[in-house]
Amino acid sequence: MSQVNTAPKPRRNVELLLLLLALTVGIGANMLVGVDQQKAFDSDFWFQSSLLAAASLAFHGVLRFRAKYADPVILPLVVALNGLGLAMIHRLDPPGGDTGNNQLRWTLIAMAVAIAVIWFLKDHRVLRRFTFISLAASAVLLVLPLIPGISAGEILGARVWIRIGPMTFQPGEIAKITLAIFFAGYLSSNRDLILLAGRKVGPLQFPRFKDLGPMIAAWLVSIGVLVFQSDLGSSVLFFGLFIVMIYVATSRISWVVIGMALFLGGGLIASQVFSHVGLRIDGWLNAFTDEVYGRQYGGSFQIVEGLFGMANGGLVGTGLGQGRPDLVPFANSDMIIASLGEELGLIGLFAVVLMYLLLFTRGFRAALGTRDAFGKLLACGLSFAVALQCFVVIGGVTRLIPLTGLTTPFLAAGGSSLLANWIIVGLLLMISHTARGPVDTTPLPPSAGSESTGIDTPTEAVKHA
Amino acid sequence: MSDLTITALRFGFLLLLWVLIFSIVSAMRRDLMVGRKAAAGAPTARQVRRNPELAEPLQQPVKQQARQLVVVEGPLKGKTLPLAASPILLGRAQEATLVLEDDYASGRHARLFPQGSRWFIEDLGSTNGTYLGDQQLTRALPVEPGVPVRIGKTVIELRP
Repeated sequence: MSQVNTAPKPRRNVELLLLLLALTVGIGANMLVGVDQQKAFDSDFWFQSSLLAAASLAFHGVLRFRAKYADPVILPLVVALNGLGLAMIHRLDPPGGDTGNNQLRWTLIAMAVAIAVIWFLKDHRVLRRFTFISLAASAVLLVLPLIPGISAGEILGARVWIRIGPMTFQPGEIAKITLAIFFAGYLSSNRDLILLAGRKVGPLQFPRFKDLGPMIAAWLVSIGVLVFQSDLGSSVLFFGLFIVMIYVATSRISWVVIGMALFLGGGLIASQVFSHVGLRIDGWLNAFTDEVYGRQYGGSFQIVEGLFGMANGGLVGTGLGQGRPDLVPFANSDMIIASLGEELGLIGLFAVVLMYLLLFTRGFRAALGTRDAFGKLLACGLSFAVALQCFVVIGGVTRLIPLTGLTTPFLAAGGSSLLANWIIVGLLLMISHTARGPVDTTPLPPSAGSESTGIDTPTEAVKHA
Repeated sequence: MSDLTITALRFGFLLLLWVLIFSIVSAMRRDLMVGRKAAAGAPTARQVRRNPELAEPLQQPVKQQARQLVVVEGPLKGKTLPLAASPILLGRAQEATLVLEDDYASGRHARLFPQGSRWFIEDLGSTNGTYLGDQQLTRALPVEPGVPVRIGKTVIELRP
């Protein structure tokens, strides 16, 4: 695993400038969506804009204080995406609808939680101590929606929701973070065993089964529960996360080969056994046939309407607030990319996709820069989770791959997803802070923290004869 | 509002989106240089004004500057590390610049730091000590290129 040295520089003022530009994008979008409907500067607009601006600037202030060397472009990118999402959701709200304000509420909660993560965690390496607790937490989070009492039952064909008071929550979103922590912690301590012990079959080297026990268990837990919850998107996400992290840790191509084989096999079996998976694939391949388009449940109506919308938008879009994205079912959550594509056009949609790409590269840059193996793996895993989510959603909406129920990070309406993705941003910022900051070359204080006692003293001492 | 204004705003917004992207990319440009120039970390004029010791002596043809660190013995034998203007932490700890996979090294074993045109090595209170040549370090000493520095079972050398 290589590393890159650059002279440390905080660059917080650059961040402030970019953040102001990002807020202009978000707030400008929010203004434009209402400009034609005589609701341009209504109370909702002022309320949402001022709160978004205040929260983003507060976040920036915390970074100045707590993570001075954090990457300066991550926060502006995320604020711009979140602002665009808020504007689109506000725009799609029917008169008297509350989704926009609800999304704003969750944005503020999510930013507060991300600030708390940065404020209290201070150093991402602490998370390494929670390797196995994270595995247990992931299992609990994934099983929660199946437990009667707190389960919110089957909503839209998937059992992934729990009910807390008046709200519903998707614990699986948080599970992707805890699973990434577990994979990173486990792989960074057992990398050598997985890498060196094992049998060689042809050009590929397979690890011993017992070194992989916990990994297989983690994989079975996530896949098994997701089969019972019939949530195809998350199972693809967890599986991809698993393959990528083990590939990054060992740099063995055999993992990708095994992973792709398992994935294709699993996909084939699932499409035969589970009717909803079969319907999704049918709706993808034969989207434009009358029979599939008009099917009552699991048809391609949603995808095809989305495609019509994007076609209507064309190169430059219809302009914010002037298209009819509301004709598509779930226009503000699953299909928000199609809504943005209709109103901003190909040019605007490319800008959005590019923002995701830049965010992903910053995550990998933090992974390259940080010096500890755990941080490298965690940053890789978290940024890959965001990227894979984008691929699955945008690929599904544009009919590159079958449509599955994953959320578009930061854009789509939905509190759990916002919360999880903002926590990911907090962790990436913290990792980039250690990656870009100056190396601490002072000796350890005599009463070193419990974490470093193990590694600080040599396991062997030289015998003075 | 008139149609013209709305059309102007519509295209203005697309422009704004791309202005944001280009500003972000240009802010990242400095970071994207991973090659030799960024790694060597030549101090800027402003940094030199603030800390005069960073200024590289202009004419020193006699003495050769150390440009890289080479591990000549031990588990990491053959590994090289380019020397930047920033100090280097040697040890087994994950946050060290050069993570020594050496059972005889301490977590934070020693540090190498530039001062003027020379590199100095300082022991950070390690259990097994740091040796420059065959002399155990008790204080920071300058390291000349080609002189072996021993940390546990690992021997490193500076090379021009």
